[in-house]
Amino acid sequence: MQLAVHLRAAVALAGRFPALSGADLDVAAGEVVAVLGPNGAGKTTLLRTCAGLVPVTAGEAVVLGCDLRADRTRVRRRVGLLGHDASLYDELTPVENVRFAVRAAGLGTEGVDDALDRLGLVGRLRRTPVQRLSAGQRRRTALAVLVARRPELWLLDEPHAGLDAGARALVGTLVEEAAAQGAAVVLTSHEEALAVPLAHRVAVMAGGRVAAGRPGGRGAAEPVREQTPDVAERVLVAVADDGGDVTHVA
Amino acid sequence: MSAFARTPLRRSVTRVIGVAALAATAATVWLGLFVTPPAQVQGTLVRLLYLHPPVAWVALYCAFGVAALSSFLYLWRRTRSLFWDRLGASAVEVGVVFTALTLVTGSLWGRPTWGVWWTWTARLTSTALLLVLFLGYLALRRVPASPEVRARRCAVAALVAFVDVPIVSFSVDWWQTLHQRGTVLNPGLTLKVHGSMAWTMGLGFVAMTLVFVWMLLVRYRVETLAERIGDRELEISLSERWAEGAPEGTVAPGAPVAGTAVAGAPVAGAASGVPATGAAGALR
Amino acid sequence: MWRDALLVAAKDVRIELRSRVALWQVLPFAVLVLVLFGFALGPGPAALRAAAPGLYWLAVLFSTVLATQRSMAIEAGEGTRDGLRLSGIDPAGVFLGKAAAVAVQLVAVQVLLGAGIVVLFDVHVQTWWLALVASVLATVGLSAAGVLYGALSSGLRVRETLLPLLVLPVVAPVLIAGSRAWSAAVSGAVASGASWLKILGPFAAVYLAVGVGLYGPLQETG
Repeated sequence: MQLAVHLRAAVALAGRFPALSGADLDVAAGEVVAVLGPNGAGKTTLLRTCAGLVPVTAGEAVVLGCDLRADRTRVRRRVGLLGHDASLYDELTPVENVRFAVRAAGLGTEGVDDALDRLGLVGRLRRTPVQRLSAGQRRRTALAVLVARRPELWLLDEPHAGLDAGARALVGTLVEEAAAQGAAVVLTSHEEALAVPLAHRVAVMAGGRVAAGRPGGRGAAEPVREQTPDVAERVLVAVADDGGDVTHVA
Repeated sequence: MSAFARTPLRRSVTRVIGVAALAATAATVWLGLFVTPPAQVQGTLVRLLYLHPPVAWVALYCAFGVAALSSFLYLWRRTRSLFWDRLGASAVEVGVVFTALTLVTGSLWGRPTWGVWWTWTARLTSTALLLVLFLGYLALRRVPASPEVRARRCAVAALVAFVDVPIVSFSVDWWQTLHQRGTVLNPGLTLKVHGSMAWTMGLGFVAMTLVFVWMLLVRYRVETLAERIGDRELEISLSERWAEGAPEGTVAPGAPVAGTAVAGAPVAGAASGVPATGAAGALR
Repeated sequence: MWRDALLVAAKDVRIELRSRVALWQVLPFAVLVLVLFGFALGPGPAALRAAAPGLYWLAVLFSTVLATQRSMAIEAGEGTRDGLRLSGIDPAGVFLGKAAAVAVQLVAVQVLLGAGIVVLFDVHVQTWWLALVASVLATVGLSAAGVLYGALSSGLRVRETLLPLLVLPVVAPVLIAGSRAWSAAVSGAVASGASWLKILGPFAAVYLAVGVGLYGPLQETG
């Protein structure tokens, strides 16, 4: 299967600080990977590296078929990044923000209304400048921008932060739909309970390095007994100090 | 070149140049003040001639030239190296000193000669502008940023200054020609220098160039040392950060990470679109 | 690139119109500068009339600094800077778009200042086309240089004081040439005035070229 993201021993600098110091990550198209880890582990830098914003100084880094070490600008328009800081213009309305992003990506504006509807931004909300919206509404607008651009790789940095329960559910749905349409999704969180149910695989990050859960390792999960190939099973992994309590959710 | 910078050889070369610079300057001063005769028209004031053109030459051509060249070489991919950035920054700093000296010695000469401290001619104004542009470069350099970003910004600033100074020079030249102030104030007034005066001035050029090279080498060394201290501090804060960030039970930095860890056992089977049960269902 | 530039310019102008900072801060500031000059040099009309072209261009230069700071402030947050880089817009297009938006503000400022010097300093311009052409060329040069230096100091917290220090010396030729051209336009000495366009034109061309070439690399971190 085509790999959307392929990182091997990737080293990336944030300033002079090696925020990524040997990251290994493979994500296939249509796959959802949750990256968990404490603050300072480098999750944000991982996402920004995959987006082609951060230079990779060592190792392999190929995203959507583009070698990031050779030219990291080409991959940018095919990637959707939802960062901590929403990339929204405060004085513009959600409609205008989405339209700008869509036009910049060279897409037609037909999908704009659909994206806004999907995220529950209807009526007067659409035409209110972003600075007058609540934090949750701003997040939804940022998500609408992402949805409308239809990127091949979704990079979500703590997508649940600042959202109410309904919006969090919506994030889950959007992630599922994106994966179903063949996009790869990488999301980070430091709340396992929210992120893991959405993911096909879970990776753990600390100190700039990424490791996927594997049997037997500390902080890893037991492999789930597969009943049938096409039954979806999600596992909750507790990455706890007291050493890996594993809960199955069938 | 960077190996050269670190060896003790460089330090002895620097010392030799420093001594030579000192000797040459002392010789120039002695010759200038005591040995050479005063000029017919200018009198004792002509002695500034042994310093002012050399200082100006260093400021405009040596310092600025090195800065512009280094900036270009830094920006050009094939020769990109922080060495050029450090060299350029050192050249600019030394250049500021020399440019200021140029303006001061020029003023000192101008006041008794023409009665004014300053005149708005192309050469003077361009030199003053050069000083301000250099200062802008230094201000930009002091803003905290990663070395590559800072180097890139400063290199661009230096190159744009390089482009700008001729434009300003032209403008001021045209501007001045509108006002025929008379040749009295023409700083292009050449003096006839010969004999002992001629080679004293020549010695002055040599002396000032040596001083420039010496200051450049020393300043470059200071720059490298400062960067090394910065690296050391970074290492310390880095290990502190990782020590606080990694809880027990997760992969610690330095712990072996299996190369195929990613391909290893998937945590959960996957198929999207299949209606999930239980907790997953509650999320819909 | 041009399509992108138009897109970015439209976005910047729309933001400016919405926030009205240009309307309520930049324009009043320009007029204020003129008035202050009046206090400094007046009240005798002769001195003011003679100095008017220079004062006009000084006011334009200061307004350029303000307008450029506003332009850079639009992408002050890291999210918007990332967003612009990820958007797929050619950096050269971003540069041209932003410069165009700044130029639009400068045009508004100059219309107001032009009226200002006619009213406050009792100036009568004889050759309007010369003044106009000079203004157009100068505006292009000022916007280009401004946005370029804005990029040099962008993302740095001290940029408010750094930007004037960097950009004002560089645009000194525009001040000189613009003032001389306008002086000539006022007095009707077309030939000598037109020769100053030979500085304004190349200046604009050079800074447009440099900006288009270097804006991309300047946006990159590392």
